[in-house]
Parts: sequence; C-alpha cells; structure tokens
Amino acid sequence: MPTRRLELAAFAVALLCATPAEAQSPYGIGRVATPGEIAGWNIDIGRDGSNLPPGSGSVSHGSEVYDQQCAACHGAKGEGGIGDRLVGGQGTLATPKPVRTVGSYWPYAPTLFDYIRRAMPQNAPQSLSNDDVYAVSAYILNLNGLLPADATLDAKTLATIKMPNRDMFVVDLRPDVKNPACRTGC
Amino acid sequence: MTEPTDTGKRLVATSRRRFLRQGGALVGGAVVAGGLAGSKASAAENAENLPPNVPQWMKTPGDPMGSQPYGTPSTFEKDVVKNIPKNLKQYLSAAGRTPLQDLDGIITPNGLFYERHHGGVPTIDPAQHRLMLHGLVDRPLIFTMDDIRRFPSESHIYFLECSGNPEYKKPYGKTASDLVGLVSCAEWTGVSLKLVLQEVGVQPGAKWIVAEGADAAAMTRSIPIEKCLDDAMLVYSQNGERLRPQQGYPLRLLVPGFEGNMNVKWLRRLHVTAEPAYSREETSKYTDPMPNGTAREFTFYMEAKSIITRPSGGQRLTAPGFHEISGIAWSGHGKVRRVDISVDDGKSWQEAQLQEPVLTRALTRFRLPWHWDGKPAVIQSRAVDETGYVQPTLAELLAVRGDNYVYHNNAIWPWRIAGDGEVTNANA
Repeated sequence: MPTRRLELAAFAVALLCATPAEAQSPYGIGRVATPGEIAGWNIDIGRDGSNLPPGSGSVSHGSEVYDQQCAACHGAKGEGGIGDRLVGGQGTLATPKPVRTVGSYWPYAPTLFDYIRRAMPQNAPQSLSNDDVYAVSAYILNLNGLLPADATLDAKTLATIKMPNRDMFVVDLRPDVKNPACRTGC
Repeated sequence: MTEPTDTGKRLVATSRRRFLRQGGALVGGAVVAGGLAGSKASAAENAENLPPNVPQWMKTPGDPMGSQPYGTPSTFEKDVVKNIPKNLKQYLSAAGRTPLQDLDGIITPNGLFYERHHGGVPTIDPAQHRLMLHGLVDRPLIFTMDDIRRFPSESHIYFLECSGNPEYKKPYGKTASDLVGLVSCAEWTGVSLKLVLQEVGVQPGAKWIVAEGADAAAMTRSIPIEKCLDDAMLVYSQNGERLRPQQGYPLRLLVPGFEGNMNVKWLRRLHVTAEPAYSREETSKYTDPMPNGTAREFTFYMEAKSIITRPSGGQRLTAPGFHEISGIAWSGHGKVRRVDISVDDGKSWQEAQLQEPVLTRALTRFRLPWHWDGKPAVIQSRAVDETGYVQPTLAELLAVRGDNYVYHNNAIWPWRIAGDGEVTNANA
C-alpha cells in the first residue's frame, strides 16, 4: 500500500506545515472549547503524575474509605472477590501461577488515581472527592508494601513512587510464531 | 420499548393466538430433517403441511402490515440470540458473544453483534452528547451529534474482535460461539477521523490520541496518531441504522484491525498528546504476560484467524454424504489471501473457495464442498493473510507465549466429527 502511505505522509506534512491562512477549520464545524470546559472534562493523569489535582489523603483515612467503598468487591484486605485482587503477587510473574495485582503488575502509581477517580466504585464512579481518591490510593499502595502506614499522598508524592514492575513491559514482538503452512504429509 | 397502541395490541394478540394454534398442530411426529442438526430452528414436521397437502399458512391471511413496527426474526429463530455466559461474578463488566454457528455471510445482524463493556451500557440522549477534542491542537473544539453528521461521511465494512477471544487456558468452549464468538462484522458509517483532526489542527509533537468513553467506566485507550490519520473513523451508524446502545450510541471510535477495546464506545473526548495515557486498560489489562515475567504492551493488531462455523461444535451431521464446510476468516493486517482446510486431522490441506467480496479488515466467508464418508474425522481451517502470515496452531502459540498469555489467541481450532456425526471441540 505504498500509494496510501505517500498520501498519508503528504497529508501529515500539509497538516503540520499549514500557513496561518490554511490553518482555519476546513469545514467550520463545531465551536471552541473553553479552558474551563476542558478542565472539567480532562481527567487524564499522565504516568509522570501530570494533571494530578490538588488535595491529599492519608493511609489511615484511605483504610476507612476502602472499608466503606471498596471492600465489598475487592475483599477486606484487597484479596479480591467480585472485583480484582489488588494486593500481593510480587515475585510471581515469572512463575507458572502469576498473581497480577496493583503491587505486582501495575507499572505506574498515578494510574491508580486516574482509574479510581474515573471508574470506581463501580456503583458510583466519579463520586469520591480528590482527597478520598488520594487516601484510598495510599491505602492500596500501603497494603502492597509500597508506602508506610503513616504516609500521606498528594500529587507530588504519588508521582515519585516507583512501582516494582515498571521496567518489565516490552514492545509488541508479534508476529512471534511461524506456521510453515505444510500442505501434504504433515 | 414504546407502549403498543390499541391497534398494535390487537395485532399482537391475534398473531399470538394464531401462533399458539399452529404451534399446537406441530406437536407430535417430530422428525429431524436435513443433513445438519443443531441449527436452532424447530425441525418438527406435520404431514398436513407437506406435499401433496396445502400448508395451513396458505389458507388463512398472514399478519397484517404494522404488526411489527420494528421487525424481528421469525418466532422459529427465537433461540438464535447472543451467547451470554452464565454464573459470571458480575455483569457490569462482561461480554456477550455472537452465535457464529447460526449465521451465514459476513455481516453480523446488529442485535447479534458481540458486546463487551466495562461499566454497563449507558443510556445517552444524543442531544446532550458532546465530543471534545483538545490537547496538542490549534483549536480545541466541541461537537454536537448534528455537527458530526455534517462532516462528509463514508461507509466501510470492517470486523471487530475482542482481544481475549478466547483465552489460552482450558476449559475451551464447546461451540464456535463459545470459542471465538467475540468477533463480528458490520458496515460502519461515520466520518474519517483525519477530517475531524484537520478541523482542530494537530500540532507538531502529537504522537497519540487518548480516547475516552461516556460510560460509567470512562473507558480510556491511547491510539497512535498514525492510525488516527489513516483509516480510523468516528462512527454513528452500523448496518444502515444508528448504533445500538451496546455498540456505543450515539458515537464510537473505529480503528479497523485493532483490538476491540480500542474502538472506544460512547466516545466523548479525544485528547491529542505526546505520549500514551498508560491508562488501566493499557497497563493492568490488555497487556500480554510472557512466561519470563515480562509483558508486551500496546499490542494492537488482531492477527489472521479463521474458524469453521458449519459443521462446528454442538452440531451433528445426520448422515454421510455431501456436506459443505463453511466458515469465516479475517486479519487485522488486511485482506485474507487464502484459507486452507484439512479434513484428515491436519495431515493434508486444500484450498477453500473465498466468497466475494474479500475486503480489507472484514470477515471473509470461505467454503469447501466435502463428502463425509461417515467415519470419525477432524476438520480445521487455516487463514493466510495478504502479508503472508499464516494462522498458527495452539501448540505453536503456547510454545512461545505460555498459557498465562491472555489476549490475541488466533489459534487454528479443530472440530472432531464422531462416527455418529456428533461435532465436538477437538482440543477440549
């Protein structure tokens, strides 16, 4: 598909090198999003902690939030239930029975804040305050031995936590098998 | 569901009475007909409706126009429905499968299209839905659904497949649907994403676009900018009608050939960025763990795959003689070039006929005329795509990936046919 690629490349160049006059919207459809509208909807947290909101939460407060909001599905101590297991499993990933949890598998701690805030608890997502999300993130990291019991988490401290499995992700190596496509006498 | 009008109620009552009457006449004298049992339609016979007699349904008028404002399949096809697993721990984040073994052709009816969601199916009023594009763009913009439909539109037929279809560990499914029913194919209509990106003006340094759904999971995946500027679409219609709620009504992202999860449904936000979001759905999930403890990330493409749907697990050949072998093949890397079929447990392979059209990143229907001699047999299909990639065996995949690998299982799947015609999963 070389033609397609060329067209694509030409388009990309045109897109990036557009003069101010050409940079106007070709169809004039849609309206400009205000900074306030973008801030209200953009809840994406970078792996480096970028866009983490103000606020903080302690492990001890997180324990209370967890008991009320999370334990019913994830177990009293994060051992799992209707919801995923959250705790343990470090050192098991190269064994025949790997246990993948926040502590053993997740590469970036800020993702914990991102995911809890956007999707948890399952029956009432986006209902926790930012302080509560920091707190419950702190508690789950504490249960995994990645944060002391007296710690408090905020945007800065969450971004500095190095998850044990961070460097174990590799690129897509497929195609990784080669079927010789035998036709006869196989 | 709308409340039926009085006329509608009368019509429904009339047709129900007629159906009960006819149903009663069918009781008794059940004979299995045809060469393949296990298709779910009723196979009961009644001599009164057979030659030389004139069938009952010719002697009385049928249902009048308007008895079904939105048509549904024949009542005799009532068991052809989505294959929804029983006894799941919960059903808010779950999957329902297409009954592949009951379908013909390459287009999946909208009501039978596989579904996978992570926080239930939201009910979204399109008048209140918005799509926001922001990040590394010249003009962050907000679009209404009316705005989206003003862009030049295009339609394409593409398959969609969940990346966990199936897992690598036993127990393996009994039917084609149990095994690989998380694949479906439709004609999609919408706008090319690159047109919408031209509208906002993508800035230098943009490498990814983070797509977010307006569901209770606010499901988020990162798409490489190259794909967004290639064949990615913002889709509002499927097989001619508006998307079903289960498929992302009123708007979804479509990234042809990439794993289903990236085709974000209920699309509400596209965040143009320099690097991926590393969201939970692309780190904790949808990564592929290897036996040495590493895990592959950003494994987007669905590789070439095929399955024989007829005859397949759960069906039965009722007699030796002619039987057509038929199935579906597909590849996220483009067109299916060839499908090979073996009817002797993999000892030899012959080329199947491909039904036109053979489209890029769409299901392709294949067929092979076959004479079953009535002896036990193992049949299987092997897809080859336009890159020359050959669908592997399960053993070849397991040797490299181990059985803790979760996603992207595109193994050849053999069916065992017993002497009595019973078809079962040969790997089970």
